[in-house]
Amino acid sequence: MIAKLFGFHGGIKPDTHKDESAREPIRRAPLPARLIVPLRHNTRAIARCIVEPGQKVLKGQRIGEAEGVLGTAVHAPTSGTVVEVTHHVMPHPSGLPTGCVVIEPDGEDRWGERVPLDPATCSTRQTVLGHLRDMGIVGMGGAAFPSHIKVGTEKRAGTLILNGAECEPWITSDDRLMRERAPAILRGAEILRELVGATRILVGIEDNKPEAIAAMREAASALDPAPEIVPVPTLYPAGGERQLIRVLTGIEVPHGKLATEFGVQCFNVGTAEAVHRAFDLGEPLIARVVTLTGNVERPGNWEVLIGTPVEDLLPLVDPRPGTDRYLLGGPMMGFAMPDLSVPVVKGTNCIIAASPELFPPPPPEQPCIRCGACAEACPADLQPFELYWFSRARNFGKAQEYHLFDCIECGCCAYVCPSNIPLVDYYRFAKSEIWAREREQNAADQARERFEFRNYRIEREKAEKAARLAAKAAETKAKLAEGAAAPKADDDPKKALVAAALARAQAQKAAVEPKNTDNLPPAVQAEIAEIEQRRKQATGQTDDAPAADGTAATGDEARKARIAVALERAAGRRGEREQEEP
Amino acid sequence: MIHSPYIRGNASVQRVMGKVLLALLPGIALYAWKVGAGILVNLALATVVALAAEAAVLKLRRRPLMPTLGDLSAVVTAWLMVLCFPPIAPWWMTVMGTLIAIVAVKHLYGGLGQNPFNPAMVAYCVMIVAYPSLMSQWPAAGELSFSAQLDLILGGVRDIDAVTGATVLDTLRTGLRAADATVAEVMQREAFGLLGGRGWEWLGLGYLAGGLWLLQQRVITWHMPVAFLGALALVAAAFWAHEPTRFADPLFHVVSGGALLAAFFIVTDPVSGATTPRGKLIFAAGVAVIAYLIRSFGAFPDGIAFGVLLMNMCVPLIDMKTQPPVFGHKKGGPR
Repeated sequence: MIAKLFGFHGGIKPDTHKDESAREPIRRAPLPARLIVPLRHNTRAIARCIVEPGQKVLKGQRIGEAEGVLGTAVHAPTSGTVVEVTHHVMPHPSGLPTGCVVIEPDGEDRWGERVPLDPATCSTRQTVLGHLRDMGIVGMGGAAFPSHIKVGTEKRAGTLILNGAECEPWITSDDRLMRERAPAILRGAEILRELVGATRILVGIEDNKPEAIAAMREAASALDPAPEIVPVPTLYPAGGERQLIRVLTGIEVPHGKLATEFGVQCFNVGTAEAVHRAFDLGEPLIARVVTLTGNVERPGNWEVLIGTPVEDLLPLVDPRPGTDRYLLGGPMMGFAMPDLSVPVVKGTNCIIAASPELFPPPPPEQPCIRCGACAEACPADLQPFELYWFSRARNFGKAQEYHLFDCIECGCCAYVCPSNIPLVDYYRFAKSEIWAREREQNAADQARERFEFRNYRIEREKAEKAARLAAKAAETKAKLAEGAAAPKADDDPKKALVAAALARAQAQKAAVEPKNTDNLPPAVQAEIAEIEQRRKQATGQTDDAPAADGTAATGDEARKARIAVALERAAGRRGEREQEEP
Repeated sequence: MIHSPYIRGNASVQRVMGKVLLALLPGIALYAWKVGAGILVNLALATVVALAAEAAVLKLRRRPLMPTLGDLSAVVTAWLMVLCFPPIAPWWMTVMGTLIAIVAVKHLYGGLGQNPFNPAMVAYCVMIVAYPSLMSQWPAAGELSFSAQLDLILGGVRDIDAVTGATVLDTLRTGLRAADATVAEVMQREAFGLLGGRGWEWLGLGYLAGGLWLLQQRVITWHMPVAFLGALALVAAAFWAHEPTRFADPLFHVVSGGALLAAFFIVTDPVSGATTPRGKLIFAAGVAVIAYLIRSFGAFPDGIAFGVLLMNMCVPLIDMKTQPPVFGHKKGGPR
């Protein structure tokens, strides 16, 4: 049993607005006319598309192969036909498009082969991690971080934490999931516990969800050892991963460190359910529970296929008049949707119809009076107003010194600010400026390195060429010396040089011949053929019986050949340079 | 485009300042009752001048009048300044002090939130240096009728030694210097009451009540009042224990002059004060120590205003050196 809970600094208590959507059970959203399944589920990895337009796919069939360390697989959420592989706007504040597979459902919802996997029977850990990756399991709390990476760290965590806090106002998807599917969640937790090597499971649930706590407790009592269901005080952002770890264990995981290093690992309850499906049922992650709420007639929770366009979900809840935009995620950390055609993705937990009545525009920004209310509310123990002054003054170095990157952008500071300063916007601005500068710096560094390497290469090639020439000269000298030792008419030093030059010329010519002679007018072709003929004769003479009069002739030919070689070499170098500098 | 968070609490600068004004009301009520209603005239005058001056400067700076004029911060400055002035200060001193505070100290530095010095305290310091005698004439509690006070405020002839005098702090200091009297002997004089100045001692209760309410409303934190009063009492206790005949006891120091007003309303000014928890302790304690030294050894009746200004100068350094550890970087925490 947990002896006591630990608090975290700051936090706020906004109106929760959870009752509206938490009353009704989870319902299944109808199949949309087309699914837009993104190949990208986090910022750093895009799956490789393995289907083509026109191809029939079955429900659960893999359509994107995991690529890169952070990559996870992508699956067809239902059976149907791939109609397009294209770019589409994503539910991201940037509104940038990303690669998507567009599937037209056939309405049969026919499953492909489902292969469950018992982690206990797996010989290697790699198999289990590979299964997580290939089932497309990512964190469902919002960040969509690949679970196989979290589980796959070398270090073992003694404590597994399930995050059922759901501290953001309005969202109830985890609440309903825990009420209705507690055994599945805990089964997934058991699998995860085995994988991370934990000895205990703690489930943190905010105490404003008594039904979820009761359901989870009941399910836990059937297990041995029973996971501990811990009600935590309702205080935003108690559901922040680091805040929840702190509340339950007293451990503070600093920015940039993985929780495993401190002996804890934390997963969202939705992720645990997905893990259960992936192993026990062989079902990949193709659907999730989404809260549809706000200024709507029938708020509630729906089980939605990944890739369902948001606009197809809205008729389910009937947005009321006055709705001026839709928020994705909660009101504290969510964002306004760039476009209603964006699909539901694995991290989409909530869609809120916003109206000016529910979310009034903030009053005009006033000057900071350094009252410190933000510092008192900050769950990361920062001095937000200092960060604000530094960000505003573009003093980014100082902002970093004051731990700008420890800010989790929870929005508590802006919530309490009496001057209505959009503080988080200033931090986002400062962070992106710093990132941009780092990118610029990296680009400049790379360019400099490339330039330096180019200079180095030119020097090296020069040196190599000089060495080659020196070696050749030495070789010729040696040959001449040999010739002097056993004098023969055809070993005249001059002739030997000519022969060497010719051989070189021929070799070089042969190398570029196809390119050079491909598209030449017939007249030139004939000329070349003639020269070729003459050269053969000349060399034939040199080879067989060189005469005193023939030497002059071959000398002439050799000069011509040398000019040709030089020209070709120049052309070749030009080509090389052009390739290098696109 | 508006970004998250899309919801906000109901805090506003106006609410914060409004609460400070409300918290001052008990002290002001006791002031008017025990000392005389003259203070209300000066408060009203300063309020009008502060708002007018702020409006004028905003016009000059080509800034919109609202919401700045409505944020009540100018009124807070004006009230605090007047409460530090003698209640019978002539009207032109109130006007001048208000103009210095609002125009020079606040707006010339960029307006609300930008001033490195406490405007009310700068005004007080300028006036006491420029008009030391007028700033040292305080009426004995309850001795002057309202009409007499009004007459003095409106510029009446100041032949009033019978009814006005120095504050108890002033009396004590000059008394100790002039005669070979001990603290106990000086305190026998008429000006002294049960705890501090006769009649005046009640004002502290009003400020204390208001200050505690501000604490409960979380407008201020405990750091500043505790550090200020604690440090003042501690320094006073050290000197008093050393030589009780030459130094007044700590309780006298805590209830006299503007100590309680300063503890809850003046050192707690967020704009010009330190902001970190440890910084607040250092800042307020520093003000208390300087105030005590000036009270006991300096040339002015009270030293809180000078203490505040001196510590205002140290704020950037204090804040920089007392940054609290952030989440996950605490000493003694895991790793």
